[in-house]
Amino acid sequence: MSKTLIRGAKVLGGEPQDVLIDGATILEVGTGIEAGDDVTVVEAEGKILLPGLVDLHTHLREPGREDSETVLTGTRAAASGGYTAVFAMANTFPVADTAGVVEQVYRLGQEGGYADVQPIGAVTVGLEGKKLAELGAMHESAAGVTVFSDDGKCVDDAVIMRRALEYVKAFGGVVAQHAQEPRLTEGAQMNEGVVSAELGLGGWPAVAEESIIARDVLLAEHVGSRVHICHLSTAGSVEIVRWAKSRGIDVTAEVTPHHLLLTDELVRSYNPVYKVNPPLRTERDVMALREALADGTIDIVATDHAPHPHEDKDCEWAAAAMGMVGLETALSVVQQTMVETGLLTWAAVADRMSVKPAEIGQAKGHGRPVSAGEPANLTLLDPAYRGVVDPAGFASRSGNTPYEGRELPGRVTHTWLRGRATLVDGKLA
Amino acid sequence: MMRHLISAADLTRDDAVLILDTADEMARVADRPIKKLPALRGRTICNLFFEDSTRTRISFEAAEKRLSADVINFAAKGSSVSKGESLKDTAQTLEAMGVDAVVIRHGASGAPYRLATSGWIDAPVINAGDGTHQHPTQALLDAFTMRRRLVGKDEGLGKDLSGKRITLVGDVLHSRVARSNVDLLHTLGAQVTLVAPPTLVPVGVDTWPCDVSYDLDRVLPKSDAVMMLRVQRERMNAAFFPTEREYSRRYGLDGERMAKMPEHAIVMHPGPMVRGMEITAEVADSDRCTVIEQVANGVHTRMAVLYLLLGGNEPAVTHTRPTGSEEK
Ligand SMILES: [Zn+2]
Repeated sequence: MSKTLIRGAKVLGGEPQDVLIDGATILEVGTGIEAGDDVTVVEAEGKILLPGLVDLHTHLREPGREDSETVLTGTRAAASGGYTAVFAMANTFPVADTAGVVEQVYRLGQEGGYADVQPIGAVTVGLEGKKLAELGAMHESAAGVTVFSDDGKCVDDAVIMRRALEYVKAFGGVVAQHAQEPRLTEGAQMNEGVVSAELGLGGWPAVAEESIIARDVLLAEHVGSRVHICHLSTAGSVEIVRWAKSRGIDVTAEVTPHHLLLTDELVRSYNPVYKVNPPLRTERDVMALREALADGTIDIVATDHAPHPHEDKDCEWAAAAMGMVGLETALSVVQQTMVETGLLTWAAVADRMSVKPAEIGQAKGHGRPVSAGEPANLTLLDPAYRGVVDPAGFASRSGNTPYEGRELPGRVTHTWLRGRATLVDGKLA
Repeated sequence: MMRHLISAADLTRDDAVLILDTADEMARVADRPIKKLPALRGRTICNLFFEDSTRTRISFEAAEKRLSADVINFAAKGSSVSKGESLKDTAQTLEAMGVDAVVIRHGASGAPYRLATSGWIDAPVINAGDGTHQHPTQALLDAFTMRRRLVGKDEGLGKDLSGKRITLVGDVLHSRVARSNVDLLHTLGAQVTLVAPPTLVPVGVDTWPCDVSYDLDRVLPKSDAVMMLRVQRERMNAAFFPTEREYSRRYGLDGERMAKMPEHAIVMHPGPMVRGMEITAEVADSDRCTVIEQVANGVHTRMAVLYLLLGGNEPAVTHTRPTGSEEK
């Protein structure tokens, strides 16, 4: 088997060390490790080595919308962004609500070889919110589904949500809720507030998210189950999760990079690149989310990578699709909003972007310590890099990024999936 | 002047007064036997209507024709806008045909802004109403009507609406007319009060340059103009208010309420009026109600906007001329 020596990288942002990979496993971590003749050496002075990132919330679009993304292009984007495992959301066509569909997605991931793909199963048949999907069959399938979500839609029926939370306890699954009270968000186009009032765009009130989160943490407490809340976007949501955790409720929560950086002021441009669900909120919300990610109230960063073809965004606001791509810029946004602001250390970034998401989703072999004997799922980044985002260079099939033309710090240079380099010097291998 | 007219908020006080003064000149043309000016001869203007509005379309068309422009009417109703392709495609088609200006009406807020800023088209864009966002020419014609009635037909020239107290009543939440009027009237120095049930006042209104009241009767005695906004009957089903009768009782304008207004105060309505719920026949037919004037003023104001946006540097009408050939 081939060997790779990563020389002088700051492991989790600490002191420079050498990391020797042998095959799929980390053989040794230390200083002054000698490179033998058969060893590929990666000079990593000044760079940061993290466990391979894990995204609990990715839309890969296959099957059904291969014009936006496929499992292959999506996992290539993942590798470019430093990810070694992604959880693929169930809102595909057909919906991933049967063992057959989740197995198909799982196998496509394996064949691609750029990142482990762990399919998420739908909670309800067809994401319709009415009838539980075959959660157990999806769990028992080759895909081994552990996370269930109707993402894109909220499981708004309290009884269905209760049953789902109860049912997955049998095999240790978790329900990931897209918290959006449907009646309160009818016709919603953006965050409800000062800007929506001025622009005449349908308002998406914070309470539509917060009321569902409040209900779901209480349901989880009542039935003794655990619940995961997708993409928190408001200061009020943070408060509810904080309260639930203090009460001992088994809840985890995620935030997207864009909700850590962007505000609804950007919607004044009417540029649909900023149209996303949940919507961009206010500066106050952004600050509350950063703080919550720092203090652990929010457990993880998840991208909600939502690729759309150009024509679905090159139109008027109301007609445009919601969502933005995120896999290839996530780490840079986290560096800017959390590391460079002093809110998170690199070790904490590893926790929020690899260790915890792997734990919540039970992604085996991911989110492990960078130490001897562990699987060689690794990400190497250059934090000193500064560059302007150009979607033309994305590996994703779609370029709907809100950061086009923006300067973001940091760049992932190398990614290893079980010892195989999927990204070398910023280029896909 | 700016290149496009998308929002009333984009107009400076001087821009707005210039438009109103120009509209006054245009109004004088309307009094002549031949109501036509050669100002835009050879220019092509497209009225691009994605949403039905015969009144607004006809008003623009009349304005364009009085300025001797060539007019293309494009009604996109019924064509698929689900992906919004038709806005972009249509824009590029118009661009290829070499239109000199586009008047656009669209059901989606921000569509005219997108059209003006996305690079799909080069021509000036005039917003003729977008979603629940803006309807700037409506605000201009309202301001023009107010200036004529409250300041004076000739005395008003060069002046704004400083110190005038204007009340807008009704469905502010869904009203592009309300948004445009608040912006423009504030720019022109008026004090604006919005009156509506709390369900029809947008969250975030506290940052608008106006006051908000839920009590019409208390505001009426302090109003120089009361503008009634359209309340669509379908709002009732969405529980914005309990019944039509209750709405009418609390926010409708009838003769008794009108009597609480100062002598000189006027009643305005953007039309079409639904008599009954928001305004009674007695009020609508009174000489304090300016609805018909507003329609006429709409043409003058739109002529002014088109003339100024399409590069009219000189006064549109030379009135210093002793006896012009067209004045017999
Ligand atoms: Zn979602």
